[in-house]
Amino acid sequence: MFYRETGQFKTTYRADQAVFPILQDRLGIAIILALAFAGVPLLASEFAISSFFIPVLVFSLAAIGLNLLTGYTGLLSLGTGAFMGVGAYGCYKLATWFPGVNILILILASGFVSAAVGVVFGLPSLRIKGFYLAVATLAAQFFLSWCFVRIPWLVNYNISGAIEVPTRTLFGIPVTGPNATATTRYLVALSIVVLMTWLASNLVRGRFGRMWMAVRDMDLAAELIGIRLYRTKLLSFAVSSYFCGVAGAMMVFLWFGSSEADTFNINQSFFILFMVIIGGLGSLVGSFFGAIFIWGTPIMLKAVPPLFGLTIPAATVEHLTFMILGALIIFFLIVEPHGLARLWQIGKQKLRVWPFPY
Amino acid sequence: MRAPGGPEVAVGDVLLSVENVSLSFGGVKAVSDVSFDIRKGEIRAIIGPNGAGKTSMLNIINGFYQPQQGRITFKGEARSKMRPHDAAHGGIARTFQNVALFRGMTALDNLMAGRTLKMHKNFFWQLLRFGPAMAEEVEHRHRIEEIIDFLKIQNIRRTPVAQLPYGLQKRLELGRALAMEPDLLLLDEPMAGMNLEEKEDMSRFVLDVNNHFGTTIALIEHDMGVVMDLSDRVVVLDHGIKIADGTPDEVKSNQSVIDAYLGVAH
Amino acid sequence: MDLLYKIFLDPFVQMGSAPDLLVQTLWEGLVSGVLYALIALGFVLIFKASGVFNFAQGIMVVFAALTLVGLHAMLRQWGVSSGTVAAYLALALTVAVMFGLAFAIERLVLRPLVNQPDIILFMATFGMTYFLIGLGELVFGGEPKLMITDDLHLPRGAIDVKMFGGFVSFQKLDIAAALIASVMVAVLAVFFQKTRIGRALRAVADSHKAALSVGISLEQIWVVVWFAAGIVALVTGIMWGARSDVSFALEVVALKALPVLILGGFTSIPGAIVGGIIIGVGEKLGEFYWGPLIGSGIESWLAYVIALVFLLFRPQGLFGERIIERI
Repeated sequence: MFYRETGQFKTTYRADQAVFPILQDRLGIAIILALAFAGVPLLASEFAISSFFIPVLVFSLAAIGLNLLTGYTGLLSLGTGAFMGVGAYGCYKLATWFPGVNILILILASGFVSAAVGVVFGLPSLRIKGFYLAVATLAAQFFLSWCFVRIPWLVNYNISGAIEVPTRTLFGIPVTGPNATATTRYLVALSIVVLMTWLASNLVRGRFGRMWMAVRDMDLAAELIGIRLYRTKLLSFAVSSYFCGVAGAMMVFLWFGSSEADTFNINQSFFILFMVIIGGLGSLVGSFFGAIFIWGTPIMLKAVPPLFGLTIPAATVEHLTFMILGALIIFFLIVEPHGLARLWQIGKQKLRVWPFPY
Repeated sequence: MRAPGGPEVAVGDVLLSVENVSLSFGGVKAVSDVSFDIRKGEIRAIIGPNGAGKTSMLNIINGFYQPQQGRITFKGEARSKMRPHDAAHGGIARTFQNVALFRGMTALDNLMAGRTLKMHKNFFWQLLRFGPAMAEEVEHRHRIEEIIDFLKIQNIRRTPVAQLPYGLQKRLELGRALAMEPDLLLLDEPMAGMNLEEKEDMSRFVLDVNNHFGTTIALIEHDMGVVMDLSDRVVVLDHGIKIADGTPDEVKSNQSVIDAYLGVAH
Repeated sequence: MDLLYKIFLDPFVQMGSAPDLLVQTLWEGLVSGVLYALIALGFVLIFKASGVFNFAQGIMVVFAALTLVGLHAMLRQWGVSSGTVAAYLALALTVAVMFGLAFAIERLVLRPLVNQPDIILFMATFGMTYFLIGLGELVFGGEPKLMITDDLHLPRGAIDVKMFGGFVSFQKLDIAAALIASVMVAVLAVFFQKTRIGRALRAVADSHKAALSVGISLEQIWVVVWFAAGIVALVTGIMWGARSDVSFALEVVALKALPVLILGGFTSIPGAIVGGIIIGVGEKLGEFYWGPLIGSGIESWLAYVIALVFLLFRPQGLFGERIIERI
């Protein structure tokens, strides 16, 4: 009853094709943004921001990246972790070479490095499809992981083999490095994510989104409509890797503050893939759902039992997490292959007709 | 409606011709030394028993299969190999036997996808969306709405294709082909699986497309009544060979055609 | 110039100058290739019969090995005095566990997803992989364990053969592994071609619906096949665990079979063997002779690059069927 389109008539196509055509949606997004920009910093503890909100932002962005490639274009990729890593190391090298340049610009620029690498590993998509292409992305993942460990130049020959994030400031306030507060880092990350989500949303609703989905749904028909398959796929690799690269840079610069050689490994790739599957393939909002869900589950597992007086050792939490994630993947694939995003849509549908059942 | 580029072809002139075209898959000869032409503005039917090579013929015309021999001349330009992208650019659109819609998208998105070739605003503008990209979307939305009116599919705009009944899917696929503003429209069994009413509707649409938009149409169809009523000329294939070519009346009374359909031993 | 020499000539010179080393490397490559091939074999079995890319095959190998070792330890704890008795008892129990696993997979994963597109089933096996990792580590603990080689009476020691002016050492275990693998492959090949069930399996691989319509029970076939794959996994796990230890190193075990499958095709048993050997030998040669040039540890990605290069020239693999898309 409250969530309805009745009475909201669109008189122009422009209005009809807006992101949030329904007033209630617009209100909703405004509230969410207000909560995100103002509510969280004011109300949440530094610890919560550091251990939940920032990670969720980072993973949501990576999930959006993977979603563009796998959910919208239908190209299964198991190399997400590696592309994130390229962005992270790229950002570190850029920060080393251009210490005077604003770190925000560098983070956004590091995405281009990742995009270039992504295109290179997308080149096989000319001849290889489906499962085989996924294995090619595995080649990318393992090769790049090896590079991260074996090329000391990447970490400026640091003995520990890890990136140590230098302090960089924005308007005089430290935003990266040991002196940056969680709140500052969170706000920077949030701004980046909001901006890039908006860009992604524009892309998928326009010509490119349709081209990608056409390639996903039936690439032969897409070709006959005049879509150039190869260019479209490579563009998808490029844009997807860009998002993953920025996410990787954010992960190291705005979250961890450092990185280990093993951070961007195959498990990371699967992690993000699970977020995309559970959140909903082909849905931007699903990327957020997936990130929250998958990051949040182990936290819940650690936090909830003590409330009941039970303690679960950390290793067991990890094992249980794997089991629950694995089972959930199967569950979602059986019950709702379109993930949480579809459940959300169904929920909205129910809201439309509430209090009637249908 | 006319696709840009290419020489002006007056009504009645040959728009497309295939000459001595042969196609094999491994050991199977799908099409053997077939030649015929399609004149601008006409409705040309391609008929024949199952396995005659009709769909292969269409696939050759719009570049999906490359024939081992022969030439395709389209709008005066001869080529031995047509690529799907060239065909689309040149103004050839088609529908498929098993509806080839993009099932993950809504009806409106499918139609807008048909406008892909005509949309030019580059990646940068698409990122921003407001401004030139939006203006382009709106402009093409206007054209799409004309097609939606023409095909009377207003109420299914936002419906995901997978949820549409078969008849509407076929109509939508026709719409997507029309969205390309083609000079030559290839229809592969547009009436397949339809009941009498749906067939009459579709026939009406096909005729209207030909009359109002001037689109040349080549169609594969099994329903003889439809073929006889709709088409100006007919070409008959059997086992990959052309066995007749002429007006519907000529073809109807041709003995080899009758034999082919009745399955007389060769 | 010097670099070109180093890449294209020197390794071969090295190979020629110490042929006993070359043979040793080739043998090592062959053995690891055979083990890869066994994992790939499990994949092929399942794919042939249910059309599923079982990403979890490698994990099943580790899970089977873990179960075996874990059950053995538990049996010893509960007082079974003879190590050998415990070993074989554990073996029997593990076989039962693998059967139970096959049954559970068929019931909980395959049946609900029966008509979904392949990529969905593939992703479901990702879920299975992580579930089994979590379960295995939960029940048996995450630290690496030793395979119960002695108690199973697997051969120990090596045979040293004088060759090419030096020695080449053939581990008896490796020889046993190669033999067992060959026997298993032969048995499976005969099974598929000659028996009634084998024919039913091939029918199911072709088309679920058609197989159903001629009265083949999909559920039974799937349980059979996943159980067979489980047995293959168990044997592989024993061999693998005997050569290194038993732990969940996801990269090595599960995923190496994928390049093998790419080379050998997904439906060919001989292909899995040939692919495995090519990858195994290629990897070992690459790591030993070219590794020092590029850096150590290249075996983590070399197999994939080899497979990728093959794919570019033959997208369907060495033995796969050419896919002709009809529209």
